[in-house]
Amino acid sequence: MASSSIFGLCGALLIGMGLYGFITHPHLLRRLLAFNVIGSGIFLLFGATAARLPSAATDPVPQALIITGIVVALAATALGVGLVLAYARVTGRTTLPEDGAPTDPGKPPR
Amino acid sequence: MPADIVTLVLCGAGLVFFFAGTAGIIRFPDTLTRLHALTKADNVGLGLLITGLAFQAPDWQSVGKLVLIWAMALIAAGTTAQLVARSALQQQDTSQ
Amino acid sequence: MIDGTASDIAATGFDLVLAAMILGAGLFAVTVRDLFGAVVFFIVYGVFVALAWLRLGALDVALTEAALGAGLTGVLLIGAVARLGRRTGTQGTDALSRRSAFSVRSVSQIATMLVSAAVSVALGWAFLSLSDSDGLRAGVAANLDASGVSNPVTAVLINFRGWDTLLESIVLLAALIGLWSLWRDDDWGRRPGLRQHARADGVLAMFGRLLPPFGLLFGVYMVWVGSSLPGGAFQGGTVLAAVWLLMMMAGLMPPPMVTSARIRAVLIAGPLVFLSVGIIGAFAGGFLGLPPAYAKPLILMIEAALTLSIAATLALLVLGPPGGPAMPSGPGDAP
Repeated sequence: MASSSIFGLCGALLIGMGLYGFITHPHLLRRLLAFNVIGSGIFLLFGATAARLPSAATDPVPQALIITGIVVALAATALGVGLVLAYARVTGRTTLPEDGAPTDPGKPPR
Repeated sequence: MPADIVTLVLCGAGLVFFFAGTAGIIRFPDTLTRLHALTKADNVGLGLLITGLAFQAPDWQSVGKLVLIWAMALIAAGTTAQLVARSALQQQDTSQ
Repeated sequence: MIDGTASDIAATGFDLVLAAMILGAGLFAVTVRDLFGAVVFFIVYGVFVALAWLRLGALDVALTEAALGAGLTGVLLIGAVARLGRRTGTQGTDALSRRSAFSVRSVSQIATMLVSAAVSVALGWAFLSLSDSDGLRAGVAANLDASGVSNPVTAVLINFRGWDTLLESIVLLAALIGLWSLWRDDDWGRRPGLRQHARADGVLAMFGRLLPPFGLLFGVYMVWVGSSLPGGAFQGGTVLAAVWLLMMMAGLMPPPMVTSARIRAVLIAGPLVFLSVGIIGAFAGGFLGLPPAYAKPLILMIEAALTLSIAATLALLVLGPPGGPAMPSGPGDAP
């Protein structure tokens, strides 16, 4: 089995795992973390797709796109962490209110 | 061929140290003893691996890079171990 | 494919073990109960993923993943855990999961699991059923001589797909502005980041003095070598950001005031130089089109400015807002 097949399937599994964590965790930081797992799974799937043909070098265009993606993912994570911290500062909580639960005025529901 | 045998022996010995260190992390009871297992075993293990790999290096430049990696890892691991140990000690103090 | 030789089998075995370790670390990062533990597993996971990129022959991506995906993201998340309080984090999870322990939770959890598994299976099937294609490799190789550099990834990043990278550097700035706009009004005059408690004669301060010369050399080398070998502005900039963060954590220098004009000039230098080169290019032929004769010096100029901006932006993104814990500490919440 070629490396690309192994890591492509690994990426597909990571996306599923991250999705599960993203849906089930109430804690916002855990969701952010799970979202990052989804992201790197997508990168791995994409990169493995580009590396399927055994020639001298991997396709540079997907590589450049993935590098851009990793940097933007960090920026988004940093902004997400900032939002979680601000939310915790204002409400004293790290989880979003559940559907149907009464929300305080001024706090946007999900 | 003799170089390959030296590499195999050294890297094998390195893996034994890594195994011992990992077992120590899992089996030892508290932070300080775990750190003891980790830093002692892994630093020697990494050293053996690097020495083993140096016998496969194509030129002296590569050997230099390997030694640099070893030195950096030693310094970083030593520093981290100190910091973890201090914070573990502080936590002990506050909990008593 | 396996053709029977021992080295091929060994390589496949290594790949399988590595994939299993990635999946294991990822699974723990998603499912482990303790918030801090999850972050630690995520960092380990990032290092394993970087190794996978190495196995796929994507060295530039491996460097970026190790530096950004594992390194800086780890610092960022550990900082967030320190501010939110480790216990508060797990308590929130416990309370919610206990409240609906057996009724709705198990059903919806199994449903979620099935949906996630279905997504994985569908993606895996789509991946395996893709037809072989050589991608854009040949096109890049044919035009590499005109790009001014010999590392095809750098050629794509700064020259062929310069648009993407220009906009990416602006996205980084936008994220930082977004983060700053979340500060409390009282915090605006203060320095960003958590207050550090490093002893002036401690081991961290010594480490902070020892490492920066090597780190600076390595970061600049990575940018310079990026024109012909794996490396480039993003990887080098990340190393520089890490050096800067280390020095701030070791208490050797204070974090910069975000109101200072100097730090703001550094933040916009990269996008500004990139944009100016693009606009000058627009008069000479096409926007962001680098003439082959001047391509190499132009790329090096863009990369140098971009590296400084990326380093400063990433470090400030990771530092976050000033001050201590974001959660009002309740009873029994002391660290």
